[in-house]
Amino acid sequence: MTLLAAILTRAAKAAITLLLIVVLNFFLIHAAPGDPAAVMAGENGAADQIYIDQLRERFGLDQPLYVQFYKYVGGVLQLDLGYSYRQQMPVLDLILDRLPATLLLTLTAFGMSLLLGIVFGLAAAARVGRWSDSAITGMALLFYATPLYWVALMAVLLFSVQLNWLPAFGYETVGAGYTGFAMVLDRLEHLVLPALTLGLFFMAVYLRMTRSSVLEVSQMDFVKTARAKGLAEGIIRRRHILRNALLPVVTLAGLQAGQLVGGAVLTETVFAWPGIGRLMFDSLTARDYNTLLGVFLVSAAMVILFNIVTDIVYRLIDPRIAAGGAA
Amino acid sequence: MMDFMKRFARNRGALLGLLILIVVVLLAVFAPLLFPQSPWKMVQRPFLPPFAADGLPLGTDTLGRNVAAGLVHGARVSLIVGLVSTAVALLIGVPLGALAGFYGGWVDEGAMRFTEFFQTIPSFALAIVLVAILEPHLTSITLAIAIVSWPPVARLVRAEVMSLRGREFVDAARLAGLSNLRILFGHILPNAMSPIIVMASLMVATAILLESSLSFLGLGDPNIMSWGYMIGAARTVIRTAWWLSFIPGVAILLTVLALNLIGEGLNDALNPRLARKGR
Repeated sequence: MTLLAAILTRAAKAAITLLLIVVLNFFLIHAAPGDPAAVMAGENGAADQIYIDQLRERFGLDQPLYVQFYKYVGGVLQLDLGYSYRQQMPVLDLILDRLPATLLLTLTAFGMSLLLGIVFGLAAAARVGRWSDSAITGMALLFYATPLYWVALMAVLLFSVQLNWLPAFGYETVGAGYTGFAMVLDRLEHLVLPALTLGLFFMAVYLRMTRSSVLEVSQMDFVKTARAKGLAEGIIRRRHILRNALLPVVTLAGLQAGQLVGGAVLTETVFAWPGIGRLMFDSLTARDYNTLLGVFLVSAAMVILFNIVTDIVYRLIDPRIAAGGAA
Repeated sequence: MMDFMKRFARNRGALLGLLILIVVVLLAVFAPLLFPQSPWKMVQRPFLPPFAADGLPLGTDTLGRNVAAGLVHGARVSLIVGLVSTAVALLIGVPLGALAGFYGGWVDEGAMRFTEFFQTIPSFALAIVLVAILEPHLTSITLAIAIVSWPPVARLVRAEVMSLRGREFVDAARLAGLSNLRILFGHILPNAMSPIIVMASLMVATAILLESSLSFLGLGDPNIMSWGYMIGAARTVIRTAWWLSFIPGVAILLTVLALNLIGEGLNDALNPRLARKGR
């Protein structure tokens, strides 16, 4: 299978998955408690039956379920995710407004956790059985067991409240009006704690994967062969072990991206980070189900997209797959 | 069995985990005896720091409730949700994975597409949506956690069954005239138990983390005291009363760590030849 064909197949599969999620989303919206028309009327301060019926007609809520379904799917295909009665805005606009902040946070956290996880994982594997290995794996075990939101709170307590090094919440210093480099620096300062706390748990995951993957590959016959023919240890480590050990780590890391989006809900809530995770929390407390499910759909789409990218990267790094090996 | 006990006992981390878990379980079981009053009841003035008043070793929270009582009662929710949701996830994942691995073909194809679908959806986001829509309740929380955690079980069981179905003992069972289902559930699955047990112990840990995250966001059962709720409620006063968020977090950390250590110990003891797989 050529690379292009593989990508197309993958994209077609992703489209089907996404369509199924849209269907699931529709049924979830209808399972949500409360009559949306009554909620809307309440929002506008009038709850008499005539007004509710009018609203129901205007938003097509009086139509049979299959008509509503058809309209909903059609709407989503045209990027219409419904209307947030709370915020008086289309859901998609709300999400697009918040998406860049979440992308910045999750991608920074992802890159950082992958890098640190691999570096520490390699360090632990190189010192297997010694105290530094135990220290590193012990640390990973600890982070792996810590609730994300709690780490975030403790980080605020230590670095913002006690040491006063970094800002405790938000995306930028409100009212400072920074421009240019000062603005970038200000944003970075705000990014450090959220990205770090979101990344720590995943760093632990990648660290453990890297360590065990390296140890597994080190046992393989081709490594023994390389050693037997007298190659320098450094070359064996870099060319033979590292390359083969990191492939599964990168793939699994890509598959973990979905968890990162979930973690962003917690991190953004703690740090008042203006992304879609925080939007999800706000819509929860406001019982704004259209927005809640809109965020859910968009985050699922993000994860699917990320998985495709990982898949393509994987195919590019590992020629064996392109040659028709195991998918 | 003796071999297994010996190997498990040789793992100091696993023993430590077991010890912590026993303490947590005892506290949870005897919670009504230790703190007969409801953990929601106000007992003193609010914001008492730990060790400040007799009978309130961990002080009081923002509304003057006994933190120690909340902690002990919270242990019950964590353990119950962790255990029950894992059991439900196994009830979905094991049969699905077993049938897929045993029959192969279109059964396998269908079951795996279904599993992949659930694996693609961001699990925490799905859990949030499910609990929000079903209304926060112990049952809905447990169910939501089970729904997001079964896919890895199905994949694991499928792989195990696939590797076992070609073995001699299966041929022997077939020659003896046993039905497919009896071979699968009576002969193949019992041989795949070890990795399932290991995965289950790690799943309980993940479920406890998930439950605490949900209650932190305000999606806990409003009638039941839980660790996540305690942290969520104390979040706004972190500058003045940091211990209110700190203490329940340590409880979660210790319990989850204990379960992870036990899981690793079980893995080493049950699959002595396999290298530790990082997860």
